Amino acid sequence: MQPHSFDYVRPQTLARAIQVLSENGNRAKVLAGGQSLIPVLKLRLANPRVLVDINDVPGLAFIEERGDQLRIGALSRHRDFEQSKLIREKYPIFSDVASVLGDPQVRNLGTIGGALAHADPASDWGTALLAFKAELTARGPNGARTIPIDRFFKDPFTTALRSSELLTEIRIPKSKAGDGGAYLKLKRKTGDFATIGVAVQLGLDAKRNVAGARVALASVGPRPIRAPGAEKALVGRKAGPTAFADAAKMASGEAHPTSDLRGSEEYKRAMIEVFTRRALETATARAGR
Amino acid sequence: MATKRKKASPKRKSVRSENGSHMITVAVNGRKFTRAVEPRVLLVDFIRDDLRLTGTHVGCDTSHCGACTVLLDGRAVKSCTMLAVQADGREITTIEGLSEHGRLHPIQEAFKAHHGLQCGFCTPGVVLAALELLRVENAPSEDRIRTAISGNICRCTGYQGIVDSVAAAGEMMRPRKG
Repeated sequence: MQPHSFDYVRPQTLARAIQVLSENGNRAKVLAGGQSLIPVLKLRLANPRVLVDINDVPGLAFIEERGDQLRIGALSRHRDFEQSKLIREKYPIFSDVASVLGDPQVRNLGTIGGALAHADPASDWGTALLAFKAELTARGPNGARTIPIDRFFKDPFTTALRSSELLTEIRIPKSKAGDGGAYLKLKRKTGDFATIGVAVQLGLDAKRNVAGARVALASVGPRPIRAPGAEKALVGRKAGPTAFADAAKMASGEAHPTSDLRGSEEYKRAMIEVFTRRALETATARAGR
Repeated sequence: MATKRKKASPKRKSVRSENGSHMITVAVNGRKFTRAVEPRVLLVDFIRDDLRLTGTHVGCDTSHCGACTVLLDGRAVKSCTMLAVQADGREITTIEGLSEHGRLHPIQEAFKAHHGLQCGFCTPGVVLAALELLRVENAPSEDRIRTAISGNICRCTGYQGIVDSVAAAGEMMRPRKG
């Protein structure tokens, strides 16, 4: 299988990358890790005239705490998260993502920014980041703007990014005492997309009551979705089996799965309930206080 | 044919020619190759068709099976899911790069000794995926081995022979004591 013909540019600066994107509009596609884009090109589902390879653009790959935020460069690879001590110790939900996404070869090349911009409804990264008040930076010809994660995903494979914009950075609030999260993915085999996935992020107070909760679901809607009812069922209650069972039931009701080769609607709903409960248990165990 | 550049510049900068091809220089198994490639050419096709190194196999051609795995700057990647132009200025190791002076690499010896292959089609990819692991960890747990080869499909061995082979290779690659 071979893609259609296209031009290929490898800008050495961010400014040049944005310039090429602006000049080409919808006819350009950004090439980051390529682990979604290249299969799409080979299947000829997309037919861009220009590929803009951003791998030489400096300053786009970093994972660091700065001020009260965790800041992530869009070109950080899944493998970088798998190997990061900071992530393992303070943001294990992202270790979860990086260890279940694709397979080792895909994780060596694929990037977080690419995964978000691709916007698959099954997106592991998209779902995990929805469990945070994440902010995304898009840079375009008129400078930078911030897009909250809740407004980033529009439809399957469609985001709030304009064709002249490049996603450059993702930020979430820095982890503090009592915070814990987890991402659990049900998949048929390594490398497969999520049959369903559940991301939860909890903030517990000193009495281990839930002060804040976000619950997000993969593969059960046109985009990664929140489960606000499940979140409400948690806040103000003791982090334990009763609240978790209620929240899991809510999440299952808030999911909109469709029957496909990965399972029936009924099965997926049942699995959302089971995985939400398990993710809440793991998140609580991690929220060491 | 102006296929030679003075030096493979470490700062990658592919040069575009008139017909849309790019001149790229790739170090494959320690040898530098400079070629003109169309941007849409996949790395695996470049390796097999342009360089005539046919040890790298095309299995599914859809990024699922791992038969086309090569090492890119030491990291296992699927060469069917990367463009040849992306490899400009970088180092590739294929299965042909493992043996030295006609002597099998320890990992190849181990696959032979421990029945790590039957038909052999998936083997080059499996070996390179495992080699990435063994270069950083020469006593990996079974779990680590199974994770490292989880992107590679084998339809013959049931994987047990492969896992045994990788563990044995790790042992062979460990520096001798004393």
